Amino acid sequence: MLRFDSPKGLCLLRPGAAAIFLAPFAPSAAFAAPLNYLLGHGDKAYPVVALTWGVTIIAAAVIVIIALLVSGAIWHRRGLAFEAPGHLLETSRPGRGASWIWMGVGLSSLVLLFAIVWTMRVLAQVAYPSSAAPFTIEVTGKQWWWQVRYLADDTARVFATANEIHIPTGVPLKFKLIGGDVIHSFWVPALSGKTDTIPGQTNETWLEAKRPGVYRGQCTEYCGLQHAHMGMMVVAQTPQAFRAWWDHQLQSPAPTTNGQVAAGRIDFAMHCGSCHTVRGTEASGILGPDLSHLMTRRTIAAATLPNTPANLVRWISDPQGVKPGAFMQKPELTSHELADILAYLKSLK
Amino acid sequence: MTAAEFERYERAPTIAPATKPGLAEALKQLWETEPGIKGILGTVDHKKIGLRYIVTAFAFLIAGGVEALIFRLQLAGPNLKLLTPEQYDQLFTMHGMTMIFLYAGPILSGFSNYLWPLILGARDMALPRLNALSYWIYLCSGIFMYAAFLFGFGPNDGWFNYVPYAARAYNGGPNIDFYALGIILLGISTTVGSINFVVTFLRLRAPGMSLNRIPILAWGTVTASAANIFAIPAVSLAFFLLWLDRNLGTHFFDVPAGGQPLLWQHLFWMFGHPWVYAIVLPAMGMVSDGLPVFCRRPLVGYTAVALGTVATMVLGFGVWVHHMFATGLPSISLSFFSAASIIIVVPSAVAVFAWIATIWTGKPVFTTAFMFFASFIVLFTIGGVSGFMTGSVPVDWQLTDTYFVVAHIHYVLIGINVFPVAGAIYFWFPKFTGKMLDERLGRWNFWTMFVGFNLGFFPMHISGLLGMPRRIYTYPDGMGWDWLNLITTFGAFVFAVGVLLLIINIVVSHRRGAAAGANPWDAPTLEWSVSSPPPPYNFAVIPTIGSRHPLWEGRFPPEADESRSYIEGGMVLDRGRETIATSALDAQPSVILKMPEDSLSPIVLALALTAFFAGLGLNWWWLAAIGIAAVGIDLFVWLWPEPSLGETAEPANG
Amino acid sequence: MADEHAIATKLPVGAIDTRATGWWAMIFTVFTEASLFAYLLFSYYYLAVQPHLPGTFPQGGTPTLSLALPDTIILLSSSIAVAWAQFHIEHNDKRHLVWGLAIAAFLGMIFVAIQYFEWADKSFSLPSSTYSSLYFTVTGFHMAHVIVGVFILWALCFWSAKGYFNRVRYAHIHIGGLYWHFVDAVWIFIFFTFYITPLLGLKS
Repeated sequence: MLRFDSPKGLCLLRPGAAAIFLAPFAPSAAFAAPLNYLLGHGDKAYPVVALTWGVTIIAAAVIVIIALLVSGAIWHRRGLAFEAPGHLLETSRPGRGASWIWMGVGLSSLVLLFAIVWTMRVLAQVAYPSSAAPFTIEVTGKQWWWQVRYLADDTARVFATANEIHIPTGVPLKFKLIGGDVIHSFWVPALSGKTDTIPGQTNETWLEAKRPGVYRGQCTEYCGLQHAHMGMMVVAQTPQAFRAWWDHQLQSPAPTTNGQVAAGRIDFAMHCGSCHTVRGTEASGILGPDLSHLMTRRTIAAATLPNTPANLVRWISDPQGVKPGAFMQKPELTSHELADILAYLKSLK
Repeated sequence: MTAAEFERYERAPTIAPATKPGLAEALKQLWETEPGIKGILGTVDHKKIGLRYIVTAFAFLIAGGVEALIFRLQLAGPNLKLLTPEQYDQLFTMHGMTMIFLYAGPILSGFSNYLWPLILGARDMALPRLNALSYWIYLCSGIFMYAAFLFGFGPNDGWFNYVPYAARAYNGGPNIDFYALGIILLGISTTVGSINFVVTFLRLRAPGMSLNRIPILAWGTVTASAANIFAIPAVSLAFFLLWLDRNLGTHFFDVPAGGQPLLWQHLFWMFGHPWVYAIVLPAMGMVSDGLPVFCRRPLVGYTAVALGTVATMVLGFGVWVHHMFATGLPSISLSFFSAASIIIVVPSAVAVFAWIATIWTGKPVFTTAFMFFASFIVLFTIGGVSGFMTGSVPVDWQLTDTYFVVAHIHYVLIGINVFPVAGAIYFWFPKFTGKMLDERLGRWNFWTMFVGFNLGFFPMHISGLLGMPRRIYTYPDGMGWDWLNLITTFGAFVFAVGVLLLIINIVVSHRRGAAAGANPWDAPTLEWSVSSPPPPYNFAVIPTIGSRHPLWEGRFPPEADESRSYIEGGMVLDRGRETIATSALDAQPSVILKMPEDSLSPIVLALALTAFFAGLGLNWWWLAAIGIAAVGIDLFVWLWPEPSLGETAEPANG
Repeated sequence: MADEHAIATKLPVGAIDTRATGWWAMIFTVFTEASLFAYLLFSYYYLAVQPHLPGTFPQGGTPTLSLALPDTIILLSSSIAVAWAQFHIEHNDKRHLVWGLAIAAFLGMIFVAIQYFEWADKSFSLPSSTYSSLYFTVTGFHMAHVIVGVFILWALCFWSAKGYFNRVRYAHIHIGGLYWHFVDAVWIFIFFTFYITPLLGLKS
């Protein structure tokens, strides 16, 4: 089910229990909610999911009890009808009633205390991972995409990518969160709650995925025009597959023999290279996402579109149509140049 | 000065029956606002000001509602393109700003303005001209911010306006400048209004209305007002510092120069959370006073509910960080704010069980007002428990900034503000106008609003749990949110129809409603002892209060702290506009106050202040200078010691 | 009790001492103003404890007291002058009332003038740094309050000279005086924050 190696990579997590609970609200047979947080998939998520279900059930129970009490209160005396303005109505002051408050508040307080203790327990559990993280991933929130850098003691192994974070399964990973411009919030609901990326301070979080899979993430702090289109993908792989992926990311593009690709490389450097980097080439801009190994990513434009040749053309030729207000401007390209650039991008495997 | 000289400044008021011949005419002569433009602009009658507040706030409710309906269409399905992102951002920000600042607070100020002197047994608010000023500044600030919006410069950073997105570097237009200045202007209105409520609460209660005999509505509003006095400077300062950053190059929030984005969030939420309670506690007070009338018994647990009201606000100052759980603060400090945010449920639980017990042990009378009040208890609970969930830090890390929080804020603002307000309209409209609202249309009104509201807003909890972030102008398909959003949009329109029915009922009944009489509901509190609508002077003689329910006395055995009220007669204060001030705790007569005549000073001051802020907004420094000079001159004229107000050595008439 | 009769005790009429509604309104105005300054100082301390370059809080080293200390003494003296005026009007001494208010207003103006030189003496200006933004904004807020207070004192002085107040009718004086005492008291907090605390070695 979790086909992390799928070329589109958008296979979605199917929240089984949640789907049953929510079935009345989602009649669609293909029901799927990739950002739901009612199911967790890692050591950090499990206790939080349990607590979330716990407080949700408490909340639902309280609503039902209060609704029943209010209905019961109304119906058991079956009230008087209002007759006419100014009509005098029977009035009394029954002595009982105060016991409701003490009983109700007493019971509520016990439940609240229980919730506080459980909250503190979970808070302590998820504050730090149980074992040391093998490495740190630095994520910078930018309008409107995610810059991702893999940090390592060996600087030769440090590299940058964007919008798609690969992680090995079974180990906790540390994230350094940096605010690149305005405040964003880093959120991968199936693995971890939100932590803001705030300019001027470095926040930290961690997460862990138990099983391989593709987990969707999203910016959740309103950050301007394209806040809606600031998604990301977290791809959890077996440690071996992850190791291979990292090694692959470090490689420079192979010298090209294809004429169209070579032409595209020159066009790309000229039209796109002041914002984008492809490592090992003349394109070394830092304003936009690093596009080295673009074709290994499942989506483009911060998880806005699946990474297909058609979508690449659409995005390059009309960025403002896809993400109005985005900082990517439409490059002045002939159709010939566009085709060359596309051929080049397709070579960035 | 000799004792004889001193006597020129005091007198022993006469006690007489309220029906004393000629008294009503004389008082009407003294208190009635003069007809014509000067009367309209200069009135200080709390009833006129209160109704203006209510009507203006309702107009903003409609504006904010229309904004919401427009962007709900955009969200009805995935990938819709009805609005551009910029239009969407301005609309959702205007919607939030309008509902939270221009509707929810002012509507309650309106009810309290109208009702307070009537339920407290006074002839006006303690500071009538300040009351007029509060309204005029509110109106001006609303127009100020809406004018910017209509020129295309509406705020676009959400109502809590986080920096650095609100900073000049990321938000270059004048949008945020007008929002900042508009909120500071509105803050002045709220502050002077709050001071007026607190002073009225402490000083203008009828003789005998000791602290344990005050209607809960007054407790709710005074608690909210006291909180405003301490909290509003935080938000005014935050917006002013932002304005300085944007216009004069300071660096409070400017990260490269050492400023801090989180300073904004602290200042904003130190205000913001108490404000949330300020816009629900008076509404809860209206239910606490209105519901028992239809249950035919006094409120269960008066003391607990009154203390709970105050306790909520005290705790409310200690929970602001729960809006900032995801900002990277240390867990140990989060744990404090988490516990505080959960514990704050306790005083609310007191009120919920008091209301249920009141219905359970009473004999409900099924009126539309009762249905709004009773259904409110359930909506209050839903808004309360979703708030409790967000109080739990690890859960909040998931819930925050999703539609779950949007659902929560709407159950709070609609459930705990709009529903009580609708009930309050059914309950007090007869007092305001002398006409009953139509009960049959009322049923339709209630059920449409109730069904529409829950249909529209309950599914938001689910879209939240399914991860839908708030403030997105569109969403892709395949996220599991399509049906939920369609239902939400549909429900929002049903709810809007319900509000429309309320407006129709008000318009029709205002012309053709059945006559109400002084006390249509056979209710116990003072406002129902005077005619509907009340005369300009409220009370012909000042009543003396012996219990919490002066009009129900004699129907059941009195409790230990009760004596008989005396409403049929009392102090005759007819030498100019006069009312009685009493001591703060036990409400013993302390001084005969001379109350001001109608005055143009408040509206001139409001206009001068608006000119000052407009000058700052447009960087027309000359206009700002003229505005502030006019403010100074106006205040000098306003505060000039008046013999007729008993402010000068020259004795007042009497 | 149907008959008309007078109650036994006499009640004062109009704006009387601390029973005037204006006096209560000023109490709560002072509360809200005090909150404003509390939030201003909170902003100062909040930014001061954030990481920043050493030696930037305060910018330009420990501020000198050569102008600020005499200025503080002048401002506090003006409060004494107002209190003196208040004391005398309660004893029906209208001449000393006018003098007390006039002296206080003059001292207030001298404070503003010295504060102007203090500002001019600084090596930085409003947009120089976070510290400079805070320094000028906080002292600027206070300066604005002093200027408003000086206008109030002159208005009260003017009305006093016209003989509006006496032993009973002095609510205006006490209301304005309350404001002025607040403006002076809040300066002590600002003075400690910006001048004394760094002098004691608490700087970064």
